[in-house]
Amino acid sequence: MTTITSNRRTDAGSVRPAGPRKQARRSGDGLAGYLFLSPWLIGILLLTLGPMVTSLYLSFTDYDLFNSPQWVGLDNYQRMFDDARWLKSVRVTALYVALAVPIKLACALAVAVLLNNERRGRAFYRAAFYGPSLIGASVSLAIVWKAMFSDDAVVDRLLRTVGIHTGGWAGNPDFSLLMLVLLAAWQLGAPMVIFLAGLKQVPKELYEAAEVDGAGRWRRFRSITLPMISPVIFFNLLLETINSFQVFTSAYIVGGPNGQPAGTTLFYTIYLFDRGFGDYRMGYASAMAWMLLAGVGLVTLFLFRTARGWVYYSGDKR
Amino acid sequence: MRPRLSTVAWHAGAIALLAIVLYPILWVLAATFKPTEDIIGSLQLLPTRVTTANYDRAMEGIAGISVSRFFWNSTVLAVLSVVGTVASSALAAYAFARLRFRGRGLMFALMIATLLLPFHVLIIPQYVVFQKLGLVDTYAPLLLGKFLATEAFFVFLMVQFMRNIPYELDESAKIDGAGHWAVFWNILLPLSRPAIITTAIFTFIWTWNDFFGPLIYLSSPEKYPLPLALQLFIDETAGSNFGALMAMSTLALVPVILFFLFFQRFLVEGVSTSGLKG
Repeated sequence: MTTITSNRRTDAGSVRPAGPRKQARRSGDGLAGYLFLSPWLIGILLLTLGPMVTSLYLSFTDYDLFNSPQWVGLDNYQRMFDDARWLKSVRVTALYVALAVPIKLACALAVAVLLNNERRGRAFYRAAFYGPSLIGASVSLAIVWKAMFSDDAVVDRLLRTVGIHTGGWAGNPDFSLLMLVLLAAWQLGAPMVIFLAGLKQVPKELYEAAEVDGAGRWRRFRSITLPMISPVIFFNLLLETINSFQVFTSAYIVGGPNGQPAGTTLFYTIYLFDRGFGDYRMGYASAMAWMLLAGVGLVTLFLFRTARGWVYYSGDKR
Repeated sequence: MRPRLSTVAWHAGAIALLAIVLYPILWVLAATFKPTEDIIGSLQLLPTRVTTANYDRAMEGIAGISVSRFFWNSTVLAVLSVVGTVASSALAAYAFARLRFRGRGLMFALMIATLLLPFHVLIIPQYVVFQKLGLVDTYAPLLLGKFLATEAFFVFLMVQFMRNIPYELDESAKIDGAGHWAVFWNILLPLSRPAIITTAIFTFIWTWNDFFGPLIYLSSPEKYPLPLALQLFIDETAGSNFGALMAMSTLALVPVILFFLFFQRFLVEGVSTSGLKG
């Protein structure tokens, strides 16, 4: 078998392999490439790049969807800083991101470390912890969460048995945001699965060597696990941060378009929705969207900057 | 051989943690079989008085529209989204993974950049255009993007997958005279099955759960998918019929849970290889 194929290859070898390849290099697959890509190309032009340019233009105008846009220069951007609700929404979102991301990632990492071994049942636990990630952002779950945290419901009762009297968290301005943070932490499954994939790559010999040197469990975690999975931590941190800025559904179901109670769940996206689709201030809402993009961009840049200090890429990683 | 003590302790720990995480799901399942007045104000998980009244009320529908109608709407949106996303993402992925053409690198970079773009920057102009075209309160705005591969995650997932399929297969097919379409249809597409399944399931679940898109585009209740119907139900009953609300929320989750049970391997693998947000 092998000889036959190799024979055939040498027969044609002088002409064939060079033929099509050279041709491909010269002309490429130009037309075919654009044809296969055409749905994506139309999408990126009509639904992404076009709207981006339009939204940038609208952000410098007053526009209510019915009358034509009126150019107002930087007015929308300047007004934001005098807008108490906008400032509130920035604070709520920043606080949420600052709490939800570290808490969720710490929980995810803890569970991943617990599950990272060769024991039987590992795949089952991994799937079971992952499950909530699929439904956590749904309206159904937000409704359930709100019910569990309402006055005299299960969480309130449970806390009372240990002497903590908070009432329902859903209606308490001091706790409403924390309740949403817990909902985020509950969806620890997706980052956990990514952490597990990273933990599997850490060479076992490192742990064995450290154990020989007398390093304890915590020391091994600090000095081997954390640096070795730092690229995965960074990836999760980036992904979760960007996603947390855009939380909408659960906040809307819990707090409505005004961020009840007392504006404590007035997330940036909720306020943007309310300005744009509640009072049809399309210009102002567009400016808000660009401020969000700038904010997310700055945070991303900041994360990449700090990453140089703590993200460790070992030589064999591509 | 008896299991070692550390193994027993590990299982005990994992199960205890799992019980905390899965408690909300158990709680709502139990709650749907309790009379409304027993749901709040009791720590007891299992119902003392079992009732199906909540499901009966949920099945009656909302605002004169039956629940099956909302299920149908959600299904239509989800199935069409799956068809559109799989088809358009696979086509784009084949171009990025296999074909050489001018501007490919730039376009690939652009595709990656859209992964990180908050969609809020796009919704207002998109809404304005759909409104001018008279397409608000139809499914067109919710589906068009799916047929145009706007969910970059899936294009990226399939590109990664196709890059790992050996080139020799296309080369030999091309030597036999196959064109790009034949290579794509007969070789790359069948071999990409796992990536296609992952894409299909995630698209189904995300569309099924999507609230924001329908919220801004749909206004007639008879066109509502389940998440909007749930919100309508809260508004209509002022949140007073807790039991029925829990029952309806649970019903809305059933397809997602079934998908999870049958395809959990694809879902978990999809997340660990591409970082899908899940």
